[in-house]
Amino acid sequence: MTTLNQQTLSHLDWLEAEAIHILREVAGQCSNPVLLFSGGKDSLCILRLAEKAFRPGRFPFPLMHIDTGHNYQEVINFRDQRAAELGERLIVRSVEDSIKRGSVVLKSPDEPRNKHQSVTLLEAIEEFGFDCCIGGARRDEEKARAKERIMSFRDEFGQWDPKNQRPELWNLYNARSHKGENIRAFPISNWTEMDVWQYIEREQLGLPSIYFAHNRDIVMRNDAIVPVNIPLVSGEIINQPKAGEDIINMQVRFRTVGDITCTAPVPSDADSVNKIVLETATTTITERGATRLDDQTSDASMEQRKKEGYF
Amino acid sequence: MSRQENSLAHNDSLLRFMTCGSVDDGKSTLIGRLLYDTKTILTDTLTQIERTSQKRGMESVDLSLLTDGLQAEREQGITIDVAYRYFSTGTRKYIIADAPGHEQYTRNMVTAASTAHLAIILIDARKGVLTQTRRHSYLAQLVGIPHIVVAINKMDLVDYSQAEFERIRTSYLEFAEQIGLQRNGRDISFVPMSALNGDMIVDRGDVMPWYEGPTILELLESVPPAHSERNESFRFPVQFVCRPHASDDHELHDFRGFMGRVESGEIATGDAVTVLPSGITSRVKAIQLGNTVLEHAITEQSITLLLEDEIDISRGDMIVKSDSVPEPVKQLNAMVCWLSETPLSSARTYIIRHTARESKAKVGNIAYKIDVNTTTQLPAEGGGLNMNDIASITFKLAQPLMIDPYELNRATGSFIIIDETTNNTVGAGMVQA
Repeated sequence: MTTLNQQTLSHLDWLEAEAIHILREVAGQCSNPVLLFSGGKDSLCILRLAEKAFRPGRFPFPLMHIDTGHNYQEVINFRDQRAAELGERLIVRSVEDSIKRGSVVLKSPDEPRNKHQSVTLLEAIEEFGFDCCIGGARRDEEKARAKERIMSFRDEFGQWDPKNQRPELWNLYNARSHKGENIRAFPISNWTEMDVWQYIEREQLGLPSIYFAHNRDIVMRNDAIVPVNIPLVSGEIINQPKAGEDIINMQVRFRTVGDITCTAPVPSDADSVNKIVLETATTTITERGATRLDDQTSDASMEQRKKEGYF
Repeated sequence: MSRQENSLAHNDSLLRFMTCGSVDDGKSTLIGRLLYDTKTILTDTLTQIERTSQKRGMESVDLSLLTDGLQAEREQGITIDVAYRYFSTGTRKYIIADAPGHEQYTRNMVTAASTAHLAIILIDARKGVLTQTRRHSYLAQLVGIPHIVVAINKMDLVDYSQAEFERIRTSYLEFAEQIGLQRNGRDISFVPMSALNGDMIVDRGDVMPWYEGPTILELLESVPPAHSERNESFRFPVQFVCRPHASDDHELHDFRGFMGRVESGEIATGDAVTVLPSGITSRVKAIQLGNTVLEHAITEQSITLLLEDEIDISRGDMIVKSDSVPEPVKQLNAMVCWLSETPLSSARTYIIRHTARESKAKVGNIAYKIDVNTTTQLPAEGGGLNMNDIASITFKLAQPLMIDPYELNRATGSFIIIDETTNNTVGAGMVQA
């Protein structure tokens, strides 16, 4: 076997090049796309990829966050700071407003709001007429995602039908849609949690402080670490301990950042990106298994929520 | 080039491969093995499949459950789609495309094969080369996968017999000869294994001392990266044009960046280029990746090209080196795999998407169909094409496309066919020379 072209991209360079290609296809094929940006690590990677894809021009899409109202202040502040640094437009739409409108009805006031994001997202898609939402989902996250397309088609109810997805061959993407329909584009589909952390390390990306080891009051509830007494941007304090629960001060970090009521931290002393990379290499629990309190109800709960329009 | 340099070149690269076979061949177990033995499976996932294995009354952990499908599929007892899995060995990152193997899923195999650089074709040692083995091998060849690994599985059920292994190897090579599988430098390797016990996948085991060749993982680790084995011409489809003229920064006032991915070949500052389909020539002024200025760019890199001259270029145009310019064509012949439940209709107009370019297309002549089981040509009767059919078709194009034969270039030789009414992707095409 002869090797003519000795130079080959490293795996991170390859993943980066693929993601940039996908972002440019969205920009080239869609008339009104939007980039979903939460302040979390995956969407921070996508912002860096968008810089590499479109600078020195502006991004050909605004950023949008669907805020459950139950987010850590550190993350919200970081979100605003990052959007300002980039000079890009940030749209925020909140589940709180959907509750006021009556389109979201909570079963109880402290019900996790992650799944209600779908409603607010669909309302925002309609309000702005977006034909494509770019998101940070990865195929390694969960079984229901292993078959997800890079350009995933949703009908006018935002529904994902596994039997009605377009075949995706070579790197030829079909992001066409009729009015009212929607494409969800996932540029980092082929990345793993490890790839994300290696990219953050290489690109020296800033992150919200709660990704790093810090001390926090928690209680143990059904074998899960539940952070308690968390102040919201609104001043409200949520996740108060239940009667009989002992508050423990523990050194923890978050592997994933989402709605406070359904995201658990892990015990960790990793206070730098490099230490997190090492910890990720030796962990024995999957990202969702360790940290998502809402995926554990059933084997197929993610698949179910995706069908309902969840990201 | 010495061997050592060769292995260094693979360090930290990425390899995409596919697995062909049915559940009965132990395909899911093989994938489960690769994930498990490379320590990709974490405790909570393992606990989950341990519980399921027990529930189903199995004695040991069924690794095939790791690739268990969607609820919708389980309910129907079928696999309907290509799934992608990931693992890393520290020297390489791997993306596995896992496609169901039955006859009615030709389209899924073609989809999985389109991005694969290597195919593992599973054979049950008790059954030898079957019709489905022929089908999988033919499709791997059709879609241009350069490396074939024939994994002869379930050796434990034939007493790890070297004679059985050799017999299957010989009969496979006879068939490979018939269909010209080794043309174009395609290589074929044979590995005896037991996915169930993990022999010759990651670990060698000690039951087949007569086999001195590489294990499956050793083969995966040593395959040269895609695009590294032959010289390809530079092809750069323009995806997006960056003109930040409204910017406050006056230096950017005249900035014109042509953004895209190097689909093949290499480019360096100062190279003479031709823009297609216009045919206008210029030179590369600069190559950028984000804020970084590059002296040259290589295959699969996403970059921004700046040219010496002010030329009007838009999305869908292609920049090539002036010493290798493809002819823009308004008619092409291609092998097409039909992907849609709605048959192809010769009366209709379709959209062909080729690189970043689209053209309306009309079906001309259907020369022949292929029987994927016998790999023989059949007459195309009636002019229709059903899902999973493969046929040689002539298209007439409204816009010129800058194509290369698929055999020479998988990026500029491939296209998808889109139904304008539904926007669905209904066909996959490979340009014939």
